Amino acid sequence: MELANTINLLNSVNLAAIEVGEHFYWEIGKYKVHGQVFLVSWFVIGVLILLSFAATRNVQRIPTGFQNFMEYVLDFLRGLAKDQIGEKEYRPWVPFIGTLFLFIFVSNWSGALIPWKLIEIPEGELSAPTVDINTTVAFALLTSLAYFYAGISKKGLGYFADYAQPSPIMVPFRAIEDFTRPLSLSFRLFGNILADELAVGVLVLLVPLIVPLPLMILGLFTSAIQALIFATLAASYIGEAMESHGEEHHE
Amino acid sequence: MDSSLVTAASVVAAGLAVGLGAIGPGIGQGTAAGQAVEGIARQPEAEGKIRATLLLSLAFMEALTIYGLVIALILLFANPFA
Repeated sequence: MELANTINLLNSVNLAAIEVGEHFYWEIGKYKVHGQVFLVSWFVIGVLILLSFAATRNVQRIPTGFQNFMEYVLDFLRGLAKDQIGEKEYRPWVPFIGTLFLFIFVSNWSGALIPWKLIEIPEGELSAPTVDINTTVAFALLTSLAYFYAGISKKGLGYFADYAQPSPIMVPFRAIEDFTRPLSLSFRLFGNILADELAVGVLVLLVPLIVPLPLMILGLFTSAIQALIFATLAASYIGEAMESHGEEHHE
Repeated sequence: MDSSLVTAASVVAAGLAVGLGAIGPGIGQGTAAGQAVEGIARQPEAEGKIRATLLLSLAFMEALTIYGLVIALILLFANPFA
């Protein structure tokens, strides 16, 4: 890409190079993978494991300090799942929803808070894993699988009969929705996080000091909201798939 | 000559994708925020709930512009035609 090359060339002399479409390729068998995404993903997974390990290593009946915080997080995630899926069936889905939320949240914030640019890798640059569209597409497809599984395990093949629920006219719309859901889920997360990084990068390019700070804080806020939205939507899709149309819907 | 034309058209199209894509969500966000303010004025005790719902729905609307941005980024950095 000539255009991309010129833009990258312009930036390469500066502190905040904005590199889009440049990756640190690893070859595994026949496949080329984006190594920088793996490195940061492993870092995020490590952080999450360390935090949960530190919180549960010495569990007290009356929680203090860090354990208290992690219990608050767990309560929050359970509340999120319960609000969308319903009191009766939310419990088995807490791990899935919680993992989605925590991973996306920690990776978004790690991209915003940790100065990855200081660490040099041969090609491309380290940043939040959610800046790579492959990561978000993977999450979105997992969500699709999860709600199909939820619906089919609950109602059997009758799940697909629900597509024609109010009237058979709805069938094509519901079928298309199955494709647009992962598309919009993945694009929303990817676009928001990439837009944040680009906006901060451009502003840092123009004025390196102090001025980008408000935008960075806004970026932290949007990243958190995006993680919340992804988890909420995943939960609501799962809840909708398990909802039965025959009986009344209780809040 | 051909590729420079494609590049120019891509840059214009990228600008249009974000610019036109921002109109609708802008109007929508304005309406939503206005209604939320009205709701808070009517019922100040519901402020927390209204704010949480507003933020969530604002993020949904923002996503529409972001789709335009994704198209713009594809045109600029991963153009399939150039």
